[in-house]
Amino acid sequence: MANGPQALTATTVKAKVSRDDWVMRGGMVVIGIYLLVAVIFPLYSLLSKSFQDEFGKFVGLANYAEYFATPALFFSINNSLTISFTSMVITVSLAFGYAYGLTRSCMPGKNIFKAIALIPILAPSLLPAISLRYLFGAQGMIKELLMGESIYGPIGIVMGEVFWTFPHALIIILTALSTADARLYEAAESMGTSKLRTFFTVTLPGAKYGVISACFVVFTLVITDFGVPKVIGGNYNVLAVDVYKQVVGQQNFQMGAVVGMVLLAPALLAFTADRIVQGKQVALLSARAVPYQPRPNKRFDLIMLTVCGIVALTIVGLLGVAQYASLVKLWPYNMSLTLHHYDFDLRDGGSWGAMFNSLEMAGWTAVIGTTVVFTGAYLVEKSKGFTHGRGLIQLMCMIPLAVPGIVLGLAYIFFFNHPGNPLGFMYATMGILVMCTITHFYTVSHLTAVTALKQMDPEFEAVSSSLKIPFYRTFIRVTVPVCMPAILDISVYLFVNAMTTVSAVIFIYSADTQLASVAVINMDDAGEIASAAAMAMMIVYTSAGMRLLHFLLTRGIARQSQAWRKR
Amino acid sequence: MAKDNGQKPYLSIHGVTKMFGDFTALKDIALQVYESEFVCFLGPSGCGKTTLLRAIAGLDIQTKGHIEQAGQDISALPPSERDFGIVFQSYALFPNLTVSKNVGYGLENKKMNKADVKARVSELLDLVSLGDQGDKYPAQLSGGQQQRVALARALATSPGLLLLDEPLSALDAKVRVYLRHEVKQLQHKLGVTTIMVTHDQEEALTMADRIVVMNEGIIEQVGSPLEIYRHPASPFVAEFVGTMNFLPGIAGNDGTVHMGKVELHAREGVNGLGEGDEVTICVRPEDVIARDITSDTPNTFDAMVDELEFLGSFYRASLSTQSDDDTNFRADFSVNLVRDLGVKEGQPLIVAFPESRIRVFAGR
Repeated sequence: MANGPQALTATTVKAKVSRDDWVMRGGMVVIGIYLLVAVIFPLYSLLSKSFQDEFGKFVGLANYAEYFATPALFFSINNSLTISFTSMVITVSLAFGYAYGLTRSCMPGKNIFKAIALIPILAPSLLPAISLRYLFGAQGMIKELLMGESIYGPIGIVMGEVFWTFPHALIIILTALSTADARLYEAAESMGTSKLRTFFTVTLPGAKYGVISACFVVFTLVITDFGVPKVIGGNYNVLAVDVYKQVVGQQNFQMGAVVGMVLLAPALLAFTADRIVQGKQVALLSARAVPYQPRPNKRFDLIMLTVCGIVALTIVGLLGVAQYASLVKLWPYNMSLTLHHYDFDLRDGGSWGAMFNSLEMAGWTAVIGTTVVFTGAYLVEKSKGFTHGRGLIQLMCMIPLAVPGIVLGLAYIFFFNHPGNPLGFMYATMGILVMCTITHFYTVSHLTAVTALKQMDPEFEAVSSSLKIPFYRTFIRVTVPVCMPAILDISVYLFVNAMTTVSAVIFIYSADTQLASVAVINMDDAGEIASAAAMAMMIVYTSAGMRLLHFLLTRGIARQSQAWRKR
Repeated sequence: MAKDNGQKPYLSIHGVTKMFGDFTALKDIALQVYESEFVCFLGPSGCGKTTLLRAIAGLDIQTKGHIEQAGQDISALPPSERDFGIVFQSYALFPNLTVSKNVGYGLENKKMNKADVKARVSELLDLVSLGDQGDKYPAQLSGGQQQRVALARALATSPGLLLLDEPLSALDAKVRVYLRHEVKQLQHKLGVTTIMVTHDQEEALTMADRIVVMNEGIIEQVGSPLEIYRHPASPFVAEFVGTMNFLPGIAGNDGTVHMGKVELHAREGVNGLGEGDEVTICVRPEDVIARDITSDTPNTFDAMVDELEFLGSFYRASLSTQSDDDTNFRADFSVNLVRDLGVKEGQPLIVAFPESRIRVFAGR
């Protein structure tokens, strides 16, 4: 210790990278490359395609100029915005009323109401559209209610979208409303504040961010949805269907890319705005808050029960119509019941094979997706150093939420079908469907994983390294078991969405890998509407079965681990 | 553990600086820790004590400077290549593993057979008096028991250095006092070199062989608990450890200081101060005496008892010097003293600041 220390102190210490660090960084590079291939490169292909002519020559903004010079195309922007805004207002209002009844009243049957409201999540967006045809179509059961208006157009689209987006809005608003502090209400009451004023000064401000967030979510879901307008849109053109028509109908890939880019704009805008709003949200419920407990009030409870009852009946009714229609021999001429329409192999555009393909695809998506997402989130959350790489990966994890499925699917064609792409072998395989679906639903899964990981003690990794135990061992033995509920949530989320999604996969399925949701569209196109309804119901039952399995598994795990899980 | 008995330091820290962006968390720290010593890093939150501990552990490696452990330069090594056990404030026990599995976690990687691991685990559990709790999960134990499991886990691999990061702060007061004693005894028994971070001066005073008082990224003083308490090296240490009267004064000649009209002699002297310089006179409330004062007693003066506050085992009195520029100070008097001398609010009292108990710092 003579001169050494002095000489050493002058220079910056360069930390030796441990074996753990190398493994983590290696893992992050792998995840980073995966995200580049699955998200960034395809989107870049789409972007560049929109600036090319049909021979691949760069033409600048020519395609865009053509787009805006064609009224038939750019009118869709207005149409899309109109139905998205209308659906948003209706859905969020209904969801708020429903959530208000569930959280602030003493009406009976709350659990059943909650369960019913979540059913539409299990269905492809095509299902409400098919039901609406049976109800309000040319030979509809109650078409008189429309007073001569046609269901094929904005009315049908909005009705279908409200059904399909209702649970998404409900979950968000329910969370916002259930985190109320009873003390604020007591304070308001003790000051003699009227019920109405309390609603506007306490309830609404408390739920403000939830409502705003629900608005963005519904708006984005509707403007990017392909299923409902495809089935019931008639001649009312919207952006998502335009993309499909340009590519599949007219084989005009450049124009498809342009419409995709146009569709990306509002989705990206809504996404950014939502992020900003959420950043402003602070925890309103402090640890010392007293949860609000509603008190019985006969009149109010009855009103809420009526509101919720009507909404719940509508949901069950639409589902029931699809189920009934799929069993009727020949609507409306021969109303006797038959299982004939479930014989998908006899139908144009459908087969039982599609159902099995869907199961296979959803299974792989759940298994691979959960593994990739959770490992990726763990590495991003727990690794040290590598700051820029980590920030980049986090950004890439957020992008998929802003990308409409139909745009993602189109981007995948351009990227994987490009003759120069060494990954071209994936085109028209099950692999590309799985990859595309994982990507489509990556962000929500990632955020679920991050939330669970943030609740872990940040020192687990430090303790392991002090005990000379490699991090991956602690990951397997501690992190994964502790986060198991979140891992199951992610896998069932991926499975159900893989079963119901249409938009992203409609471009990239092949004859061998047709999916159930795509079969619904194809059978509907071929006029086999009863079979389309039957297939849609099969998807609902499969998703519901998976949800039930998830529920039982989660309960089993909770029982098994109650010894060590607190609370 | 005296620091200059010719022992070789087990851990030496030289010129350690840690930057977080533009913020300097540690400034050129130098410190030696000796074999089997129990050292406490004491300071307010944000003083850099945890940062220094994490640098020693390799969890947040210092920006500059170097650290040597048992003769080996460990400055740049990752935690997994250093030799230490660590207990965090949160304990970081693995919730899904039993107490035995937690304690034996670090043994699995060593090539030990199952029976040996089991024996070692039960030995450790006995050591922390949890012999019969091995099959429980951490959530089923009390905070104090969890803390002991964390300690047993950190000691399982017989590390050369034990690092404790505020290990007792999450516990309630009674358990904390009991565990102080337990941890200290255990450390003494095993003879493992230990560094503990704490913001609790009482904890540091009762447990440490040596205390390192830190403030704003630098070491203010290193010394035994008694040294730190009796001879604080700076006003910061004087204020942070124990209770202290800070009284304004003026330096006189030949080592005296003036507090208003009262002239005081300080045994430790007033080095480097010229006559007339402003000084701060420090005296602890419990060092103010009122009993057995004679005309020979130095530093005696008349004071007025302004307030008398009963605190159970003693009284805390607020007094003022009876001069034009009223100086207020506090004194702790025993219940006996108050009774025997008949101390009352609003009454005068003759008090003295013992020469050996006065500290004088330059400036105010």
